[in-house]
Amino acid sequence: MEWEIVIGIETHVQLSTESKIFSGASTDFGAMPNAHACEVDLALPGVLPVLNKDAVEKAIRFGVATQATINQRSIFARKNYFYPDLPKGYQISQMEIPVVEGGTIKFHVAESEKTVNLTRAHLEEDAGKSLHEDFIDMSGIDLNRAGTPLLEIVSEPEMRSSDEAVEYAKTLHSLVRWIGICDGNMQEGNFRCDANVSVRRKGDKTLGTRREIKNLNSFKFLQQAIEYEARWQIEQIEDGLAIVQATVLFDPDSGETRLMRTKEDAHDYRYFPDPDLLPLVIDDDWLKTTRASLPELPKSKARRYQDDLELSGPDVASLVSSLEAATYFEATLNHFDVSGIKPAAKSIANWMNGELTASLNRSQKDFSQCPISPETLSVLIKRVLDNTLSTKLARLVFEELWSGDSTVDDIILKKGFKQMSDSGEIESFVSQVIEQHPQQVADFKAGKEKALNSLVGQVMKLTKGKANPTQVNEILKSKLS
Amino acid sequence: MFGKTVKELGDALRRKEFSSTELTTAYLEHSKALNKEVNAFITFDEEQTLAQAKLADEILSTDNATALTGIPIAHKDIWCAKDWITTCGSRMLENFRSPYDAHIIKRFKECGAVTLGKTNMDEFAMGSSNETSWFGNVKNPWDLGRVPGGSSGGSAAAVAADMTPASTGTDTGGSIRQPAALCGISGLKPTYGLVSRYGMIAFASSLDQGGPMAKSAEDLAILLEAMVSFDDKDSTSLEKPTVHYSSMINKSVKGLRIGIPKEYFSDEIAPDIQNGVQDALKEYEKLGARLVDINLPTSPLSVAAYYVIAPAEASSNLSRFDGVRYGYRAPNYSDLNDMYAKTRAQGFGAEVKRRILIGTYVLSHGYYDAYYLKAQKVRRLISQDFAHAFKTCDMIMSPTTPSTAFKIGEKVSDPVQMYLSDTFTIAANLAGLPAMSIPCGLDRNQLPIGLQLIGNYFDEAGMIAAAHQYQCATDWHLKKPPLHNV
Repeated sequence: MEWEIVIGIETHVQLSTESKIFSGASTDFGAMPNAHACEVDLALPGVLPVLNKDAVEKAIRFGVATQATINQRSIFARKNYFYPDLPKGYQISQMEIPVVEGGTIKFHVAESEKTVNLTRAHLEEDAGKSLHEDFIDMSGIDLNRAGTPLLEIVSEPEMRSSDEAVEYAKTLHSLVRWIGICDGNMQEGNFRCDANVSVRRKGDKTLGTRREIKNLNSFKFLQQAIEYEARWQIEQIEDGLAIVQATVLFDPDSGETRLMRTKEDAHDYRYFPDPDLLPLVIDDDWLKTTRASLPELPKSKARRYQDDLELSGPDVASLVSSLEAATYFEATLNHFDVSGIKPAAKSIANWMNGELTASLNRSQKDFSQCPISPETLSVLIKRVLDNTLSTKLARLVFEELWSGDSTVDDIILKKGFKQMSDSGEIESFVSQVIEQHPQQVADFKAGKEKALNSLVGQVMKLTKGKANPTQVNEILKSKLS
Repeated sequence: MFGKTVKELGDALRRKEFSSTELTTAYLEHSKALNKEVNAFITFDEEQTLAQAKLADEILSTDNATALTGIPIAHKDIWCAKDWITTCGSRMLENFRSPYDAHIIKRFKECGAVTLGKTNMDEFAMGSSNETSWFGNVKNPWDLGRVPGGSSGGSAAAVAADMTPASTGTDTGGSIRQPAALCGISGLKPTYGLVSRYGMIAFASSLDQGGPMAKSAEDLAILLEAMVSFDDKDSTSLEKPTVHYSSMINKSVKGLRIGIPKEYFSDEIAPDIQNGVQDALKEYEKLGARLVDINLPTSPLSVAAYYVIAPAEASSNLSRFDGVRYGYRAPNYSDLNDMYAKTRAQGFGAEVKRRILIGTYVLSHGYYDAYYLKAQKVRRLISQDFAHAFKTCDMIMSPTTPSTAFKIGEKVSDPVQMYLSDTFTIAANLAGLPAMSIPCGLDRNQLPIGLQLIGNYFDEAGMIAAAHQYQCATDWHLKKPPLHNV
């Protein structure tokens, strides 16, 4: 019997605003408990919410970036339930009319493109945190996170494997960072996924009963949780048992999902329009300005890099993996003339995907914090392209640049890295080597081509690697013929 | 010093006839003494009050004094005032000291007014008789065996008994106008959105509106000027050009078309009230106004719609009183749910619980459309009725209440009878229209009768002027309750 897994994902994306969605308190992470909870966040008697415009702006950006419909009139609603870290006893969210509807996310899985449709994306506030570990017989409440703006992005149940789910999540993660609406720090909970998983026999048209896995905050857990859950559901059905709609939690230690609550204990949230907030109205001008302010999206950049610069698929993929990388790439490319743009692009891609990424990873930085400026990298690459530096020497210059603030040309001068291109100078070294290695000379003359490589190596050794190997080759050949 | 209006007291203060400290001290002593009988105040805080009076005296010695500088004002205990115990008439907040000022409290401070104390009220503003207060019922100064109305009953009784020159109230379904009528004073509920709700403990957010309560229409104008101001902390606050209400009170009512809704003059109204209101209307005709018959056909549905919408919003608004962060928490409980249940069972009174239950019910899955959504539709129809009526009239007049002050305990066991005492006042809240009540007579028991004025949106100035013209021609607003002579 062949099974099909059906997955839909709800993602809570924390919007990177300065202040909270309905109050002026800071959204900074890591402060003392309740240091960032003002009278509104504490839900003191009499306080009222005021919507943060920047949160709306960021929701619009997301809608534009996913070709969704932006509802120019949306409604905030109250979702009522009691929990100690929910100060008002209700969460302000959007129910009937969300700010964003529709839209798509496109990504590649095993070479083929997949499009997942989005149902909606709505604005809401985050809850605080209950701290159970630090107190004896009591729980602590930290309301710093209460009121942090979230965009809840809901996909249609269109993914068919954990690989697709992970690719979807990674693409979404990259997109929200790209358009500057979320920091994407998953450890801090900036990007959390709930996965709705069901299984059905291949060919079935109706959906199976789903179970929702809550709060997956890493791609690895997302994958593990879906795989375990799907396997479990299939086993249940094959054993003749029915799946009961439920919410489950994933335990990373055991790799299993466990029941949190079934539909029967589900809350009646008693949604109704929040009378403290007017309908959210987004006028044409606001839409227009936001649309214009959006950076070129990764898809479009990738197409350009491939078509105009003739870069390879893998090169392009890493260059558009973040806006910081793409920005760095383009800033470096700007220092080259149009005539030599293609080799320059390839060279920049090699540096960025090689030494630069490795060094940035080691120091936990991204391309926007790179100690080597795009201009400096362009000079380094130019020195290689004009034969001043060998690739090997260029790596040494790179290391110097990484640790210091000197310029490329200063380092070349100071360290004597300049490639030897004067044929007279090279000739004298070549003559010296021919004299000192009669055996190899004889071998070469006897037809052993390999002997030439050894002689080139000797010249390079003698010149401490500064001689241009191509030139050395040519001079040796002409002298020995 | 006593028996004077805010206008008169302000003039006297600026003429240095007495200082704010003298005036405030006198009112404090007088109020504290009378409070034993009337129970109009929940909290006095002499230290804070006198510190404010001292500050006001400093301002009075400069040229910066306003019409309210140095005037003691009593605030309904629904307004959060920094460092003041703010109870909202509930055990839930018995010991809650607010760490912040409501927007209007800040405005009164800026005007140099002095907070005399916090007045008693129905618990969380839910009630029409002041009998639901955790701090005991307020007594009507006209007859201590009767209710002062509610929920701003403390504020109304305090003005009537001259325990304060003026006060603030809030009005969700008549909570300013009904007690004003029952206590024989003037009270005004402004257009929804004109007075900031920030710092007013929410009952039903889409209906709640703060307003002034005083001895005369002229005083209402002075107080309203302080209370109306745009507030960026309240998303429903409206940004309007400043109106100098007190400079517009002399506008004549000549040619004013007064709409008389026949639905508001049914046989259920006490005959004395019928007569009192008819006399007032005749007086308006004498002053040059014209009476026009109008229809408000959906207004009989207003009480039903109100008792869906208001409890729905309240059930959600009152969820924050959970014993977690502030306010009352039950002393003994076994777990989290038990803590919630006991805290709310003990912290809230019966009427509040009744409305939370109604509200929870009407918002529940499967009932929402039949109740909440339907009520919102009725609400829209009621607004349309008014819009239609204002095409043929400039202002609407009616009785404020179907009966005068009833006896304490008389309606307490019959919630529906109690709810019907707001039958004429609720529609203005549903439509968001400004409305007021002014005294227009005494019934056979020497109890005050209230005349309700309902204006078009933002016509507070027109209403106050019409009320002032009436008060210039009559003396009902000057009548004092017998208690005053104690």
